[in-house]
Amino acid sequence: MKKIKDVSEFQELRQTLLAAYDPDQPVARVCLGPGCLALGAEKVSQTFKSALKKKKGSFKVQPLIKATGCHGFCSQGTLVSLAPLDLMYVRVKPEDVPEIVETSLIKGKAVERLLYSDNGTRYKSAAEIPFYRAQQKIVLKNVGVVDPLDIQDAIRSGAYQSMAKALLEMSPDEVLKTVEVSGLRGRGGGGFPTGYKWRRAAENARENPGPAYLIANGEEGDPGAFMDRAIMEGDPHAVIEGMIIGGFAMGAHEGFLYVRHEYPIAIQHLSVALQQARALGLVGKNILGTGFDFELHLHRGAGAYVCGEETAIIASLEGRVGEPVVRPPYPVEEGLWNRPTVINNVETWANVPHIVNMGADSYTNLGVPQSTGTKIFSLVGKVKNSGLVEVPMGISLGTLVEGIGGGVPGQGRFKAVQTGGPSGGIIPYELRDITSEGVKQEPAKAVPDEKKGLSVDFDSMAKTGSIMGGGGMIVMDDHDCVVDLARYFLRFLHEESCGKCLPCRLGLQGMLGFLDNFARGQGTPEDIDALESLGQALVDGSLCGLGRSAPNPVLTSIRYFRDEYLAHIVDHKCPAGVCRDLITYSIDPETCDGCGLCAKHCPEACISGKKKKLFTIDTAACIRCGVCREVCPVDAVLVA
Amino acid sequence: MSSKKRKKDGPIDFTIDGQKVQAQEGWTILETARHYHIPIPTLCYHPAVHPWGSCRLCVVEIRQDGRANVTASCLAKPVAGIEVLTDSERVQNVRQWVLEMLLAECPASQEIKELAAQHGVTSTRFAITDPNEECLKCGRCVAVCNEVVGAQALTFGSRGVKKRLETPYRVPNNMCIGCGCCVSVCPTGALQARLDTVRGDISRRTGHGFAH
Repeated sequence: MKKIKDVSEFQELRQTLLAAYDPDQPVARVCLGPGCLALGAEKVSQTFKSALKKKKGSFKVQPLIKATGCHGFCSQGTLVSLAPLDLMYVRVKPEDVPEIVETSLIKGKAVERLLYSDNGTRYKSAAEIPFYRAQQKIVLKNVGVVDPLDIQDAIRSGAYQSMAKALLEMSPDEVLKTVEVSGLRGRGGGGFPTGYKWRRAAENARENPGPAYLIANGEEGDPGAFMDRAIMEGDPHAVIEGMIIGGFAMGAHEGFLYVRHEYPIAIQHLSVALQQARALGLVGKNILGTGFDFELHLHRGAGAYVCGEETAIIASLEGRVGEPVVRPPYPVEEGLWNRPTVINNVETWANVPHIVNMGADSYTNLGVPQSTGTKIFSLVGKVKNSGLVEVPMGISLGTLVEGIGGGVPGQGRFKAVQTGGPSGGIIPYELRDITSEGVKQEPAKAVPDEKKGLSVDFDSMAKTGSIMGGGGMIVMDDHDCVVDLARYFLRFLHEESCGKCLPCRLGLQGMLGFLDNFARGQGTPEDIDALESLGQALVDGSLCGLGRSAPNPVLTSIRYFRDEYLAHIVDHKCPAGVCRDLITYSIDPETCDGCGLCAKHCPEACISGKKKKLFTIDTAACIRCGVCREVCPVDAVLVA
Repeated sequence: MSSKKRKKDGPIDFTIDGQKVQAQEGWTILETARHYHIPIPTLCYHPAVHPWGSCRLCVVEIRQDGRANVTASCLAKPVAGIEVLTDSERVQNVRQWVLEMLLAECPASQEIKELAAQHGVTSTRFAITDPNEECLKCGRCVAVCNEVVGAQALTFGSRGVKKRLETPYRVPNNMCIGCGCCVSVCPTGALQARLDTVRGDISRRTGHGFAH
């Protein structure tokens, strides 16, 4: 690839690429997102390629196999979408590939059995599937569509067009204003107004002449969250482009992509994207002949969760131990090497090209007034359609979980939703019908009204005691215990606490001690109050956001599910049947059909019985692992 | 630091526990309180080194524009017109719990026991892992070695509850010049034993610790 000297060469390149594109060429996009990869998508992609070789000559136009980023519908992986047929195949196995090639790529027809079906309806196009229907893909527009390892494919799909627009048609101040007016707020969870942050940094850099720095925070460590990962893996150029535009607006010429070590594919894709962009002259000196320089460096995090905290990122980049320091001074005043620094989440940066492209006014039309735009969520847990979703802000929690997510599989209602990862909180089912004005809506309908119910935006979520957070959304049902969940997150943060300040280091251990007791049925009701007061001490007393938000899951679960805590302590019962010390397994003689599967799978061999007769569990030897309950085909294993 | 210069130069007027105070430019809330003899307990704070903010004992509540925030006074710079409370309910809650944590963190320290007792804390609900521990990982020794002595012979290793005071990379090093500054700034005398092995136990002779 030749270096692009000016904008006309860049547009020429795009026109050439567009002209070379044949709309009739069959394209099969194989999802290589983390979920599908785990299900063997790599093999599917390879089988496609070898099948094409075998069938060479039987095509009018040789089809193209694209390995793309996440398509979103993770619970149905491996996903393969076909263009221009506009078909979406789910649960594709390598052995299905020859049939897809024969029927779809050669004959242009659908393989009915691989289409997504729900309640007897078959959906051909992805856009028709309920999971996708209510979504609005802005940031994820190119994720799952373009080949992340091919910059030409990205440029054809419009990458770096916003950068060209900003650099050539706008002044830095106009770009800043656009971001300010767009109302974009930090997608990492804090929801801080991005435009204001940029303005402060730009002013500080002007008052104190010298370099300013940009950092993309790709240290996405929340359990159950993979939004940034999908962007970095599926559309790395969006992040790079957003940072260049940001650099132009703020007069910064150097940026850092701080990506966690645990995301090797994201690191690989970003570094390939950077290499290719540099080779084309889209990153580096004199971008598009405008005289604007911007250099980007990729930096791997060393595996500490706390390095998602902005001052800890700075420490880590400077080569110091990744520990947070007290703000103020904020990074926009004194950040990296004591220079004004803007740290934005990957998703925030990826929003910027779209804002510049569509203009601030159209962007504010998305979402609700105080929270504009869209937000990506990773919808996981006890939900039928788990995966990656992008929805306009202000969508109701009900629509998100029950509409897009399809609700709890098999049975009725969800119990609660844990949002915002370990720093977030638990929102009970009951709040799904409460609007931000506190008015309770009519009882739930089968398909919840999009505009009614708890609005998913920064401010409404904060009012419930939880936070929007990075976008992790874990759905819980009646088989999930809130004490256990709070304990799980607390243990995670206890592991990840840097140990600099006392409340976080020892306080989390103390809180964990209380919860461990509760899970064993020990403790007194007064201990719940003590736990709340200790939690408040951590919220007030800790040094950084990790400690200050760590008690959230505990505090919200006590606020909404105090009864469940009391059941553990007073009645020594775990209503959800999770806490092992408080439950016993038994087999219901009425339902048991004597198949013996439970006995076959029991790791302790403590289930006895004869085929076609009743099986029984030896409670004394039972370790309460729950395997029998999982394998029982007639749900005869009871937990009490 | 040059970039730290604020536009508003000159003294800053605000209140601490209702008392009108004036901070000189660059003073922290803690320094202002000390100037007016308003007591705020501290452990990790030492005037010779940059504040580190690890012990959280010096937290105060700051009320400003109808909002209240609890923060460490050793690091917080005052802004004109704020109301600082050194003994509000929220501050007391943090302080009580921190003192309980300290009793569990360094159960062998007489200094900590006395400090806790002054605030009415005599027992702890936290698990004690090492009854002989005196170090609270406040970071004074590390800071003085880095900032004052310039030897950088001490550092913290590991993270979370496993955090320990160590030499860099856990190997003996010849950066230590044996000045004893780390021992003398330690608020609990946790490093005393090291020095005692060299020159004998002074406290046994005088009845006083070396730590203050």
